[in-house]
Amino acid sequence: MTAERTWTRSHLLGLEELSADEILSILDTAQSLKEVSTRSIKKVPALRGKVMVNLFFEDSTRTKTSFSLAAQRLSADVIDFSVSTSSVSKGETLRDTARNIEAMGVDVIVVRHRSSGAPLLLSQCVECSVINAGDGSHEHPTQGLLDLFTIRETFEARGKKISDLHVAIVGDIANSRVARSNIHALTKLGARVTLVGPSTLVPGDMKKIHPNIAIAHDLDAVLPQVDVINMLRIQFERLTSAAFPSVREYSRFFGLTHERLKLCRPDVLVLHPGPMNRGLEINTNVADGDHSAILRQVSNGLAVRMAVLYLCVGANSVARNLA
Amino acid sequence: MPSGAGAPLGMLSSSIRLINLALPPLPATLTAMQILLDAQHIQQTIRQLAQRVHADASLHNGHALALVGIRSRGEILAQRLADEIARLDGHSKLEVGALDITMYRDDLSTRAAITIPQGTEMNFRLDDRPVILVDDVLDTGRSVRAAFDALVDFGRPRFIRLLVLVDRERREYPIAADYVGIKVDAPDPEQKVLVRLRPTDDEDVVYLQT
Repeated sequence: MTAERTWTRSHLLGLEELSADEILSILDTAQSLKEVSTRSIKKVPALRGKVMVNLFFEDSTRTKTSFSLAAQRLSADVIDFSVSTSSVSKGETLRDTARNIEAMGVDVIVVRHRSSGAPLLLSQCVECSVINAGDGSHEHPTQGLLDLFTIRETFEARGKKISDLHVAIVGDIANSRVARSNIHALTKLGARVTLVGPSTLVPGDMKKIHPNIAIAHDLDAVLPQVDVINMLRIQFERLTSAAFPSVREYSRFFGLTHERLKLCRPDVLVLHPGPMNRGLEINTNVADGDHSAILRQVSNGLAVRMAVLYLCVGANSVARNLA
Repeated sequence: MPSGAGAPLGMLSSSIRLINLALPPLPATLTAMQILLDAQHIQQTIRQLAQRVHADASLHNGHALALVGIRSRGEILAQRLADEIARLDGHSKLEVGALDITMYRDDLSTRAAITIPQGTEMNFRLDDRPVILVDDVLDTGRSVRAAFDALVDFGRPRFIRLLVLVDRERREYPIAADYVGIKVDAPDPEQKVLVRLRPTDDEDVVYLQT
């Protein structure tokens, strides 16, 4: 590790507000913590006696499981606050729910919500740490970080930096919080980003985020130029019927098939945030092939979430000591 | 017990061995730096420590020794000790590891800034292995306590001995070193012992900052 890095944030709400150094602090911490999962005793005592609550207003299995396991590897206690069976369905406000949870002595709330900005609102009415596990179409910061971590890990081994890379993000950019977190993180670290998809799903104003962003509607023309392809899931639950004529047509133009992979550079890296619609946005032989890092993304997600929990809960403790 | 356990190679008090730095004189309000070990003395001390570890080889019962340095200066010291031991005996099997204790510290709730961990690297099994834990400065003993917890998560060593370059006699936990380079009497918590070691730093020097 070269520079002396620091971290002072109690919350992780998005990657847009982070500096490049802060993003690297998380990635370096995750790199150090990855080793813990290779031990026979997969646990360190860093957050012993701390409590993490999963507050998920949207269905999620893998993100919630990943956060729970990450907290347990740091020796924190974990509680799932099940929204459908709780007083939320009886009309309690988000603020009241959060403050009631906090009153039980919680140190960090991991929140997923269908409304963009819900984690920000939460962070303003509680004293404990708040981590965004996905809010509407705004951000999914830990997914962006684990994608970045996987890219850095892959290309560092080949002697390349993130700023040397060109990344294509393909699919429903308009509705994707994963895309937004990736775009912010990649451009802050100097990568070129091309957003690919039908014009109905790739809004032109995304270009305004950073001069390194380009927009394309022809996947075959982009593929030979890129080092990384991040295939987003078609989110049937968020799409309106007008987005594209049929799933089959989308798949024909924007699905990553074995034939399309032949257009790519021989060392191209294929990512997918999961869960996959096999045969739609990505073909089975590509998803399970040599270029795919999809399962490595899941393992890295654990290390990244351990890093985020350690840094945010730690910084919150420090802030309270200094207060 | 190792042959020379506990006995330091040299006894220093802060009142002697005052070597002036070749720097412009500091204003009276700033801190003063006093050199405890210069480059030549550091190399000499490391060589003597290596000789003493090597002389205790019979204690290892034929098991390959592991030198495990606490990040970050302890790791460099462990590597330099290993180089010296290899020079004394090219045949002895020796493993070198680096231990990050950030996740094992007892001060998460009381410290003033967060530490970014650097990670542990031990590419060997600890079970039944003689281990020498290496650090640059032994001070309160809290880092060593954290290091014990970290080490035993990797296995059950045959034994753990402690080697330090500088023993600052200001303990808060009941911990004693088995191999000591120099002892420094600096009880004032405001005083700091600063170790710089090549190749990570650009010089070999140990300062006392008062």
